[in-house]
Amino acid sequence: MAGSRSFLSRLRDGDEIARLVTFLFAASVVLITVLLVYELWIDSALPRQKFGLHFFVTTVWDPVLDQYGALPFVYGTLVTSAVALLIAVPLGIGASIFLAELAPARISDTLQFFIDLLAAVPSVIYGLLGIFIVVPIMREVIYPVLNKPLGFLPIFKGPSYGVGFLTAGIVLAIMVIPYIISVSREVLLSVPRDQREAALALGSTRWESTWKVVVPFAKTGIMGSVFLALARALGETMAVTMVIGNTPQIAASLFAPGYSIAAVIANEFTEATGDLYLQSLIELGLVLFLLTFVLNGMARLLIIVTTQKGSKVTN
Amino acid sequence: MSVRLRWRKFVSNFMLTMTGVCAVVSVAALFFILGYLVYNGGTSVNWAFFTQLPKPVGETGGGMANAIVGSAKLLLAASLFGVPIGFFGGIYLAEFSGAKVAGVVRYAADLLNGVPSIVIGIFAYSMVVLPFKHFSTLAGSFALGLMMIPITLRSTEEFLNGVPRTLREGAMALGASKWKTITTVIVPAAYRGILTAILLALARVAGEAAPLLFTAFGNRFWSPGWGQPTASLPEMIFRYAGSPYEDWHREAWAAGLVLLGFILIINILARTILSRGIAVPRS
Amino acid sequence: MRRTGLLVVAALALGAMVWAQDTLLINGAGATFPYPIYSKWFDVYHQKNAKLQFNYQSVGSGAGIKQVTEGTVDFGATDGPMNEEQSKAFQDKRGSGILHFPTVLGGVVPTYNVPGVSAALNFTPEALAGIYLGKITKWNDPAIAGANQGVNLPAQDIVVVHRSDGSGTTYCWTDYLSKISEEWKSKVNKSTSVNWPVGLGGKGNEGVTGLVKQTPNSIGYVELIYAVQNNIPYGAVKNSSGNFVKADLASVSAAAAGAAKDMPDDFRVSITNAPGKTAYPIATFTWLLVPSKIQDGAKRDAIKGFLKWMLADGQGYAEALSYAKLPKEVIEKEKKAIDKVQ
Repeated sequence: MAGSRSFLSRLRDGDEIARLVTFLFAASVVLITVLLVYELWIDSALPRQKFGLHFFVTTVWDPVLDQYGALPFVYGTLVTSAVALLIAVPLGIGASIFLAELAPARISDTLQFFIDLLAAVPSVIYGLLGIFIVVPIMREVIYPVLNKPLGFLPIFKGPSYGVGFLTAGIVLAIMVIPYIISVSREVLLSVPRDQREAALALGSTRWESTWKVVVPFAKTGIMGSVFLALARALGETMAVTMVIGNTPQIAASLFAPGYSIAAVIANEFTEATGDLYLQSLIELGLVLFLLTFVLNGMARLLIIVTTQKGSKVTN
Repeated sequence: MSVRLRWRKFVSNFMLTMTGVCAVVSVAALFFILGYLVYNGGTSVNWAFFTQLPKPVGETGGGMANAIVGSAKLLLAASLFGVPIGFFGGIYLAEFSGAKVAGVVRYAADLLNGVPSIVIGIFAYSMVVLPFKHFSTLAGSFALGLMMIPITLRSTEEFLNGVPRTLREGAMALGASKWKTITTVIVPAAYRGILTAILLALARVAGEAAPLLFTAFGNRFWSPGWGQPTASLPEMIFRYAGSPYEDWHREAWAAGLVLLGFILIINILARTILSRGIAVPRS
Repeated sequence: MRRTGLLVVAALALGAMVWAQDTLLINGAGATFPYPIYSKWFDVYHQKNAKLQFNYQSVGSGAGIKQVTEGTVDFGATDGPMNEEQSKAFQDKRGSGILHFPTVLGGVVPTYNVPGVSAALNFTPEALAGIYLGKITKWNDPAIAGANQGVNLPAQDIVVVHRSDGSGTTYCWTDYLSKISEEWKSKVNKSTSVNWPVGLGGKGNEGVTGLVKQTPNSIGYVELIYAVQNNIPYGAVKNSSGNFVKADLASVSAAAAGAAKDMPDDFRVSITNAPGKTAYPIATFTWLLVPSKIQDGAKRDAIKGFLKWMLADGQGYAEALSYAKLPKEVIEKEKKAIDKVQ
């Protein structure tokens, strides 16, 4: 490392300086995070005072009358995420089983490499594809297929707009599959060999040993991956905004347009005149933050528990 | 072979094949996305795209030169803000701190990492845009930089911790101070992993549009300096995709291709650095 | 190598700052309604004055009002004039008043995408109110079919499209609906952002046009040029004299004729459902929002200079983009009002 001699000799005595400087950087991380939560809390004081817990059960979102309720957005966020998980979890777990149990190491690593690249695709691009590919497919293929025979069911009723809960759910599903795959694969790989071998020795087929022994062993970790995926889906903004239909309503039909917390903030933040309006949006942001915080925490816990379980059994 | 056994074998083969199908479908999604972007955007990625400014509404032609430069400036400033905090903070965690403080810092970083990007945008708006009364590149960089901190911090700590004890002890035995050991031995040993993490953090924030909506805002022209609103690729894609103009749709595809190409190249670069580098065994 | 890296970064940063000094960037945001002509104007004005750049972001009138009040942009733009509450908020926050400067006239048209129908449909006020209230749900409803004899309207559900963002276009549309429908007035009323009984939300005039273009059996409301530029059909609306009138330069100008003579000093006026045989009923002025006190001398002069140009040469670009020029009386009055900007 280049540097003058006096600089070096100062450093030799300067371990304390180094310690202090790096501490300041580390402390700034904590400071920033605390500040962020504090800002969210303080800047949502008005609606918390005015609406209290009613905020979470009111469906009205009316800037003219200055009445705000979070329910349509919480509903939309949860429904689209649920749809996403319904599609992504089976696909993701199936793929991770293949990668962890069946594929030879080279193929498994290569495929995982591509899955990691899929995780790197930004949200706007998913939105772009959503608008021009998924929406027309929804309108012309998926809607007729589901609505004609099953249109009597509340979830498949009503006209098709192309955009809506189901479309957003499908786009989200593609976005969260990589998370389920990578984490589940790692967790499955950490299951000790003897578990599999014991099952096979007892005469089970390959599938039986996987499904009845290995996967249950890794169950908590796989759950963790699902929570992680859910946390990602809840916070997704761009892709959802572009295909959900921007309508604050609670509708049973999956084909109906809706709204999510992140989408309404993205659309209305810059134009929220009046403090109550703006702060209600910030309160929505706080709610979203808390949801993802809890989920991320649980996910981490579950994943750690599983991988530790694996190493405990081997040791 | 009994009927039951035959059935179990059939189920086994069938289900295992299905898992293969799941894997193929998932991976195929990537190539499908890339293919579509190339097909729709490939023809629009021309010299004009990289060098010209956007034209007024309804007129064809023009490009996204200002958005490309805007994204570059945003990423540069974001790295200058986020990387040092994550890097030096990681050094503190790995080399100096006690377990309790480390726990708190790690927890804060994980919390920050989980914050949805739109909420980061809200924070940046109140911290930078309102006090300065300006949408600006700085505000956008602040938001993006915040998102880079947790990844950089955790990875720096992880890779520094992965440096074998023998290297440290060797340096200490030769009489080097702690700081000198860090700078001349430990960091160089771990630098590949840390560099990889920084590149991956960069690739992640390069595609973010949500935090830029009310920080960098947007600009039809070049953005002078760092204190004015600026266009960026993700924001332009969002804006153009939602418009009715065919010409803007083409440009959105082109921008998507350029953006994704950039992100994928960084990702591939980062992962090859890591895999080719000296594997640092865990102690 | 690390040192050279740092040097490169520092050089780039400095370079970016230095190169910045030459041009004056003036930021504005607001209405999507006049965006086609504003983007043309600012492009042309920049070519004539290389050192001035007016960066206008089309984010909706609501955002325009909000951001100019916050002071994060130098000027705003809206087609829904600021009400008393918003003006007061501006006064409280920025310590000065806000001035409205009309720029052009435009018409908000009902545009639709009904497969098989390429003709211009006739809409009565009752039909429009009924559709947007969610009471008229099918295209072949008598309320619509009655005014369109001979047109084969399908028995399909109407997909209603409205704005998802705070919009002056919405203000004009709901202002009209409030005037012609008591039910609309009591249930929804007029504003830049309302609680819509039914429909899909699109962001900006651009978003609504996009949705209508891509969604069969849909109806939306957009500024005239958006329908024209995108080749989607738009209907005629029955005016207060009972004639079905399509929006065009003549009918929009006719709507403003009465208001022009009695223009208030602050230029805030509504011309929906205007009297006159040929007047288009859903027309509106659109305004630039300029603070009455601008600290930065260079910016102040630049904005005043633009306003003067806009009232003279600028008006010449309006008609090519289907906006009507301002009436002569309004232009004269405005020229004097520019001096109010200090």
